[in-house]
Amino acid sequence: MCSYVVEKTAVTGSAKAAGTWTPITTAVVAVDHPFHASVDHALIVDFSNAGRPVSERVALELSVASARDLIACMQTALDAFGEGA
Amino acid sequence: MYQGMLAETVTVTGYHDDEIGAYLARPLGPGPFPGVLVIHHAPGWDTATKEIARRFAYEGYIAICPNLYHRFGPDLAPDDAAAAARAGGWITTDQFLGDAGGAINLLKALPVSNGKVGTIGYCSGGRQSFLAACELPVDAAVDCYGAFVVSSSPPELPFRMEPIIDRAPKISCPILGLFGVEDKNPSPDEVATIDAELTRLGKEHEFHSFENAGHGFFAVDRPMYRQEAAVQGWGLLLDFYGRHLQ
Repeated sequence: MCSYVVEKTAVTGSAKAAGTWTPITTAVVAVDHPFHASVDHALIVDFSNAGRPVSERVALELSVASARDLIACMQTALDAFGEGA
Repeated sequence: MYQGMLAETVTVTGYHDDEIGAYLARPLGPGPFPGVLVIHHAPGWDTATKEIARRFAYEGYIAICPNLYHRFGPDLAPDDAAAAARAGGWITTDQFLGDAGGAINLLKALPVSNGKVGTIGYCSGGRQSFLAACELPVDAAVDCYGAFVVSSSPPELPFRMEPIIDRAPKISCPILGLFGVEDKNPSPDEVATIDAELTRLGKEHEFHSFENAGHGFFAVDRPMYRQEAAVQGWGLLLDFYGRHLQ
């Protein structure tokens, strides 16, 4: 289905694509049909800089299962680092 | 079948008289030919949808597919336009109806048109094809697994899809619905609800639900493609258009 499930959050950091680092300000997160990944539905994350064209975003399309694994992995890493993160 | 065709981009005067891009594919020859409005899915005005337009030209129809994401950037790649649409709140119902209405006007004004126009949409476009049947001057509509016709999206989401079944009394053309029994949105129960409501209203329609198929079974470039359902579906919709548009 086209789910229209979309969330958006501000982020602080940088992302690299096509050999170039760019500061990023926004992450748009969706669970919907991907454009490229060979799965019916994917966790789609678009990292972008509000002042830059959408074509310069850094995009991810992950299978739902691998996205859950990644989230758990990131949480484990953050927890291991502790409150100083 | 028409081996020869012309496919090109054209400009449609759409919602608020905005000019938007559209893909037009038509058979070569004097006609007259019926028209088909092909409505792209949420991933955008993409290669696969334009292939569908060319298939209709091969079958003897003038097909037009407006770029519903044009306002997010007329020259964006389809995936970039879809990303912009996600971030920007998609498009409104009124905007869709304005753009679709403009595309229909263009089809009917072509010298080779026979004056009749059908619609077809897939996924989000299926819902919009149902909307077009309710609100626009069309002669036949095909809804391929359109979601949120009788249901809403979860209220906690920033962008809310509302049901449109309350518009069904305004339907002015026959409707063909093509669904997969493994689909969760629209689920078989939702399809049955739409079917029952159209029957109650006396609206001409025929619904087909395919075994071993879920959402998106027509999508040849995606793992959800189901060959048997897609081939049967093409046969059913061409028969449907043949009866109502030729």
